[in-house]
Amino acid sequence: MAMVRRLLGLHERLSVVDVVLALLRIGVVVLVVTGVWATLNKGTFTLKAWESLAVSGVALGAVYALIALGYTLVYGILFMINFAHGEVFMSGAFTAYYVAQWLFLSGFLAQNPVVAFLIVLLVAMLVSATIAVVLERVAYRPLRNAPRLVPLITAIGASLFLQNTFRGLYGAGVKAYPSWPMFTGSLHFGDVEIRVTQIVVFVAAILLMLGLYWFIERTRTGRAMRAVSENKDVAAMMGINVDRVIMTTFAIGGLLAGAAGILYTLLFNQVLFSMGFVPGIKAFTAAVLGGIGNPVGAMVGGLVLGVLESIGPYLLLDGFNIPTPNQLTTVVAFLVLVLVLIFRPTGILGTKDAT
Amino acid sequence: MDVATLRRAVTVGLVGGLAVWHLSLVGMVQAFQTRPIITNYVSFGELLPVLVIPIVGFWASGSRGATSPRSSAGTVMSGAVAGLALGAMIALLCFFIEALHPNGMLINATPPLVQDLRIGFDTLPGTLIQLLGGAAIGAAAASLRIVPPTASRIFVVAAGTMLGFGVMKNLVFQLLSNMGFNSGATFLYQGDGLSLPGALVLFVGTAAVVWLWATRSAGVVSSYRALPRQNRQIAKIAAFGVAAVVIVLLPTVLGPFLSDVATTVGIFILLGLGLNIVVGFAGLLDLGYVAFYALGMYSIAVLTSPVSPAFHPQLNFWLALPIVMLIGAGVGLIVGAPVLRLRGDYLAIVTLGFGEIARIIFLSEWMTPYVGGANGIQGIPAPSILGIIFRDQPGSAPGGVYYPLLAAIVIAALVARSLYNSRVGRAWAAMREDETVAEATGINTTVYKLLAFSLGAVFGGVAGAFYAAKIGVVFPQNLDILISINALALIILGGMGSIAGVLVGALVLVGLPGILREFAQYQLLIFGAVLVAMMLFRPEGLIPNRSRRAELHEADEEPAEGTGGEEAPGTVANVSRLVTESASVRTRPGGSP
Repeated sequence: MAMVRRLLGLHERLSVVDVVLALLRIGVVVLVVTGVWATLNKGTFTLKAWESLAVSGVALGAVYALIALGYTLVYGILFMINFAHGEVFMSGAFTAYYVAQWLFLSGFLAQNPVVAFLIVLLVAMLVSATIAVVLERVAYRPLRNAPRLVPLITAIGASLFLQNTFRGLYGAGVKAYPSWPMFTGSLHFGDVEIRVTQIVVFVAAILLMLGLYWFIERTRTGRAMRAVSENKDVAAMMGINVDRVIMTTFAIGGLLAGAAGILYTLLFNQVLFSMGFVPGIKAFTAAVLGGIGNPVGAMVGGLVLGVLESIGPYLLLDGFNIPTPNQLTTVVAFLVLVLVLIFRPTGILGTKDAT
Repeated sequence: MDVATLRRAVTVGLVGGLAVWHLSLVGMVQAFQTRPIITNYVSFGELLPVLVIPIVGFWASGSRGATSPRSSAGTVMSGAVAGLALGAMIALLCFFIEALHPNGMLINATPPLVQDLRIGFDTLPGTLIQLLGGAAIGAAAASLRIVPPTASRIFVVAAGTMLGFGVMKNLVFQLLSNMGFNSGATFLYQGDGLSLPGALVLFVGTAAVVWLWATRSAGVVSSYRALPRQNRQIAKIAAFGVAAVVIVLLPTVLGPFLSDVATTVGIFILLGLGLNIVVGFAGLLDLGYVAFYALGMYSIAVLTSPVSPAFHPQLNFWLALPIVMLIGAGVGLIVGAPVLRLRGDYLAIVTLGFGEIARIIFLSEWMTPYVGGANGIQGIPAPSILGIIFRDQPGSAPGGVYYPLLAAIVIAALVARSLYNSRVGRAWAAMREDETVAEATGINTTVYKLLAFSLGAVFGGVAGAFYAAKIGVVFPQNLDILISINALALIILGGMGSIAGVLVGALVLVGLPGILREFAQYQLLIFGAVLVAMMLFRPEGLIPNRSRRAELHEADEEPAEGTGGEEAPGTVANVSRLVTESASVRTRPGGSP
């Protein structure tokens, strides 16, 4: 009995909420098990289909991980959800679109595709970083000591403002992205087919994350960042310029989000002013899933979420004969967020103090 | 004028310049071109960049950051410098557009924009006007600081009134002519804007009123104060009665289009009152409020519509409304129970997720057999009492659903107010100020959070029900996150926890975009700016709730803490005071929640 209790997370004294939560746990487990069982028995999808879903999930997850790093770094230092981070990502995608199109029209892209790609990446990253830093300076810094919800509301406002500024500046229509000649086609590993763009996205994301890891662990600024996230006041007393470290953190988050912007457009080939919202929330989910405040957690969380969201709807819902499960992809991602926050707010790799 | 002052003036001017760049490049200048203030002379679009100049001039000439008291000449000079810098930025934007033709990328950077920014002049005179005009207007704005305060107030109020009457032409014209002042309306207005004589009369008239008030108001106020208490009460009741009569007569005076705007405002007032309980009273940031609104909409549709796909009991609206409220309360409890243990910002994100989940599920193919998917549910009958139909159709009550909605708002506001003043309200306040302390002093925070969440859900559901009754159809496309944001923005503008603030917020953030169609396109942009600006400069809102204000200004007041006087808000003592108040009520028999 005691073990059952512990398993369901019940305390000695039961409250109504505990019971509701326990029932919810049971319900979720039952639903997941029966759903998966039914789907696998039904056998609508072949192994190959699952494999290709997993591959696209990993590629998308790598992008989520890049965005999630921005959330998690900022959260680690300021304990604030930078709600406008999705818009920083969107600005990177837009910049990439315009630079790529300019290079495409001038013919440079056809001559030097690799250099062109690097230029686009660099410009997008710089623009995103600039926007993130300006955002911090104008909207967040004055509110650093305000009650916790105040900067969150500001961030929501900033998100709306940025989104609609881009809409006003560049128009509300969907813009199709020029395709990169070198990234077309696909490779075969055994019987798994992987698109070249997916490989590029994954490799680029991994390289950036390794770079970030090196930066945080090995450089002086990285050490300062870790010190500030440990304790701002003590760090300040040790002679660290906290304001500058926070600015650097936003800049790094912006750089990664800008890169994520161009990688995301490689996968989906279009840009839109409102494209930042849903990936933003999903990346936040990834950050929470991995344990917010923990960069490695964000990377793991991103990949896990990407795979969950691409396989999950089919695996869970097809068995219940729910039509077109891919419509419910976002629902699965949000439910993951809700369930993680309810049952394990510290995430996969999180520490105790994150709650 | 020292270097520091000069630098500050230039910086302020450049910041203002960036604002004008933003306004121009997102297309506001052009979009508002179609709305004249004074017909044939000035349009709102032309005025928009110009309006930034006095703000910048006034700001730059302030004494903040100055080392010594500024001379009059110095004040005017710094205003002029800021205006000049701003003018230079505008000129720069024009040259930039002419040289690069960037409208393949920046869709609004077109030659007509340059024309508008140069007020129709050629390159050279246009640029000169931008520079000199900027300096002149900046200097004029700065000089408001050195003229007597009465004079500057007269000027600002009169100019503001003229601007307001010009922009709100549709509303004022309609009001005047429906009230039988046809000649007044046609004198004041010409075409879509003010006529020149109308504008002049308005300016001079307002100036005269402000002048009279400035010189005589002391007498009026003191004679009002001198009235016996009873008479003052009567005066208050009379004022309230007049307001009530105006509100009741509004639909007949407004005409169909503006009544429609008024009912939309009403629906958002209802939403705002509900969200205000959750966010303002209990301090739980709910970003997925649209989920409850959706629930109300769809519940009423399924319960009343004869063509609801799967289940159609075809109830009467008035019978269905209590059921909708029960559903709202129930779902509020079910959704609230697992999430309310989360900390504030996590709660916000989770509820945001709920909002999106609601929209996607109502839209999905999975639920289509029950709620109609993308086609929604049609044929929701109009509510009616004794044969009077409340919808915009021939032979129905004026203003459609206005009167039932008005009744609902009055009830909701009374409920919200008495809740706030009750033990529950004090428990919420304690919880909002410091959850841990509140819990330690014996408040069952889970129960009170659930109560707030579920009451908010009821209010949101009723708002959704009225919306469905108003338009007769429900679509999942209406369930944008925009609705949650709109409700949030209006309570933040008005003031979190303040009921009067909800009214003001809804009028400004829902009413204005309803009347000014061009604004609709920029609604979200403006909401975003409003949220950021309010949080930065006035987090307690336009009409603040007292205790909320104290919480938000905790940091400013801290130095004064040691000097005695009122106890600092948010302290253990303060929270426990609130708790003792509520606990003392609890000792009464039958005082359980």
